[in-house]
Amino acid sequence: MGCNRSVPDRRSERVIKAAILIQKWYRATMARIEMRRRYSLSIFRSIEYADEQDQLQLSKFFSFMLDHYTNLDSVSPISTSPTDPQVVGECLHITEFEEKIDVPDSYYGPRLSFPLTVGDANALIHAFRNKQRLHPHYVLQLLCETRRVLKLMPNITHLSTSYSKDITICGDLHGNLDDLLLIFYKNGVPSEQNRYVFNGDYVDRGKNSLEILIILFAFFLIYPNNISLNRGNHEDYLMNLRYGFTKEVSSKYKEHSTQILYLLQDVFSWLPLATIIDNKVLILHGGISDTTNLDFLKALERNKLKSLLRPPKSAGGRHDQKEGISTTGLSKHTANQHDAGKTQHDSSLSSTEPSGSNLPAGPTQEEWKQILDVLWSDPRSQNGCKPNKSRGAGCYFGPDVTAKIFQRYNLKILIRSHEFKREGYDISHGGKVITIFSASNYYEEGSNRGAYVKLDPELIPRFVQFQSSKHTRSLNILERVGTIESSALKSLQELIYAHRSELISAFAQYDLNGTGCISVPDWAAAMESVLKLELPWRMLRPRLAQMNPDGQVDFMSCFYDLKMDQPIKEAQPALVETLCRYRKDLEIIFNIINKDNSGLISLEEFSQTWRLFTSHVGIDVQDDSLDKLVLSIDHNKDGHIDFNEFLEAFHFVHRVEEKENS
Amino acid sequence: MRFGHVLHLFSTAGSDALRPAGVCRRGPARARPGPRRYGDSAGGCHGGEGERRGDIGCIVRSLGCFPSEAELRELLAKLVQEEEDEEATRFIHMEKFLPVMTKVLLDRSYWPIREDVLLHAFEALDENKCGYITKEDLVKYLTEEGEPFTEEEMEEMLSIALDPETDTLHYRDYLSKLVVDETKIFPFHV
Repeated sequence: MGCNRSVPDRRSERVIKAAILIQKWYRATMARIEMRRRYSLSIFRSIEYADEQDQLQLSKFFSFMLDHYTNLDSVSPISTSPTDPQVVGECLHITEFEEKIDVPDSYYGPRLSFPLTVGDANALIHAFRNKQRLHPHYVLQLLCETRRVLKLMPNITHLSTSYSKDITICGDLHGNLDDLLLIFYKNGVPSEQNRYVFNGDYVDRGKNSLEILIILFAFFLIYPNNISLNRGNHEDYLMNLRYGFTKEVSSKYKEHSTQILYLLQDVFSWLPLATIIDNKVLILHGGISDTTNLDFLKALERNKLKSLLRPPKSAGGRHDQKEGISTTGLSKHTANQHDAGKTQHDSSLSSTEPSGSNLPAGPTQEEWKQILDVLWSDPRSQNGCKPNKSRGAGCYFGPDVTAKIFQRYNLKILIRSHEFKREGYDISHGGKVITIFSASNYYEEGSNRGAYVKLDPELIPRFVQFQSSKHTRSLNILERVGTIESSALKSLQELIYAHRSELISAFAQYDLNGTGCISVPDWAAAMESVLKLELPWRMLRPRLAQMNPDGQVDFMSCFYDLKMDQPIKEAQPALVETLCRYRKDLEIIFNIINKDNSGLISLEEFSQTWRLFTSHVGIDVQDDSLDKLVLSIDHNKDGHIDFNEFLEAFHFVHRVEEKENS
Repeated sequence: MRFGHVLHLFSTAGSDALRPAGVCRRGPARARPGPRRYGDSAGGCHGGEGERRGDIGCIVRSLGCFPSEAELRELLAKLVQEEEDEEATRFIHMEKFLPVMTKVLLDRSYWPIREDVLLHAFEALDENKCGYITKEDLVKYLTEEGEPFTEEEMEEMLSIALDPETDTLHYRDYLSKLVVDETKIFPFHV
């Protein structure tokens, strides 16, 4: 518009074209980075679920081991059935600890005095911020007192919004103390005006599970009617054995860890199962099923289920067809032991003993299923209620299931947690179901945000997101995704390597000419069938295996980046692979056997356990190979091995790291 | 043709994280795609799991295509036949998406941008030909011209690209950082 148009116009035309080009290119690049992020999170999640499933499969085996190794002489909670009267008796009164455990003058940490005050809670927060440790004397006192108060609570807590402005609901924390502190910073600490509901999974995976519990229990004792602590599926000692909480406590409290863990088993079982606000909002950890019955849940004795991973024994000691190993012989054995040993018996601490002895019955199948559904289920968009295949426990429940429950109990919203959400929250079933997840950076630094939800007296939800960070400057997206991606790929590669033999034979089936190369679709099919992970294999292929110039996959290249440390030259590769793969499980099992926490087990026990384990899991390992191996690791030839040391030897080494470290 | 993997890319993407809500593998017949909001997010992928829009753009781009926002809108128009009310779940069926996408790949529409072409583009913005662009200029061009960046997109680009001390973008370095990274990982150029 005006004279002198030609030159400026040509220039601005060029500029516009350039801008468009750059924008096009940039958006495409960002999309690809986004895809990398998505598949990384997908990897994390699939591996996590597969791991949980394995855990459940093995739980029968663990149960068997626990029963088999029950011994009333020892006080170790890991190996005894959870009702050892000796230890239980000790826990009945707080004052016991004042006499038994001294707090030295040199201890500068918080000193709690009961009843607790806000000052105590703040002292705890301050101490944990500064990485201090609470003396076991106070830990045990706190847990005892928490248990006492929890016992007074019903299975389902009822709250009302009429007294305060908002109620804040938080989801999984999984040991991320930074997140809890961030929530308190943004939203204030719990008080009569600032009510909270915590929806389970306080422990496992993160490094500060115990600190989170201590802080939450402290606030609970100060404001028992203003803070509600629901149970999650990780408030379960069998889960803790595998997912890190037991280890955390053992390493922080060495001598007293046994007592602390034992008391925690009980405390966990006394956590309420759900919270209902204004009779309209149902808050529980996992979800619901088509058979969920709130009245039934209200009435049952929730503390009977210490671990949801141990199916209840059927009445009369019949064969339970679900159990892979016949335990009738064992049941009789256990029953005899228990009959002989029990002195006094607190009726609220019943156990899963078979009937036939004159003890209170354990949980019924129905009770177990109802609680399992509540703590393990996930919502899905398809109608219906199906068994939850990813997790191996609970159900997938569809919008129709939600609608029916809502109608039956006149509910408006279901708030649950249990599932990782990248934005910290998610809304499904047309707004009826809210998922709230409060552990930011759950899989890796930068993987996700956390969130909490606030309900006002109108019961309108408002979400607040956050993300804790250990970096002083925030990472850019390339760095963030790079971190997540390399972490995810590392885990996946270890899994691949752990299944090496199976994968090689699967690949070979497609490689009819023995060239060592197969097509991409064949490679992907083989990977999925062996690893049983639904992942976008074609997209991951460039990161996992090399391609030859013809566009075929050189399948052995999958294994180039890793190798297994060959700790003992006598060990055969197949055996080493098996040990690497099941290392975590074996750790748990040996801990079960290890009654005196010494870390040593006899060669005999080792062999026996190994045989049982391999037969249960269905691995075919030659008998003599293990014997040779065992003999070679018993260095001082005293008939015992340090199993932690033994297992440490079996791990994967990433070649890239090796080069960097050498 | 290697486009067969396109079909499988989504069929093996079992978990929700990679089966973007924008593409529904086998949904109930009644789930018809709703109106796409063609605003700035049409191509972006900044939504969390709660958001549904923008996934189609993400998919198309991660398959090695470089559509502009306008081209994406055209593509979506082919997939979305009728306008639906706001409440519809805004899913697009796989059965509809695949043939359209396959054609895109076969026709080599939205062909990748060569690095030298990209370099020329940056040079066009670099008036003084000094090898860098100032933050102000970059922001001005990219948020005002062409198919403007959102604030979020601009910030993100600056966080990767900008030299914090001088507040300038040295585009040759920037390109070498990003372009090399990508071709290694996404060899999907058909």
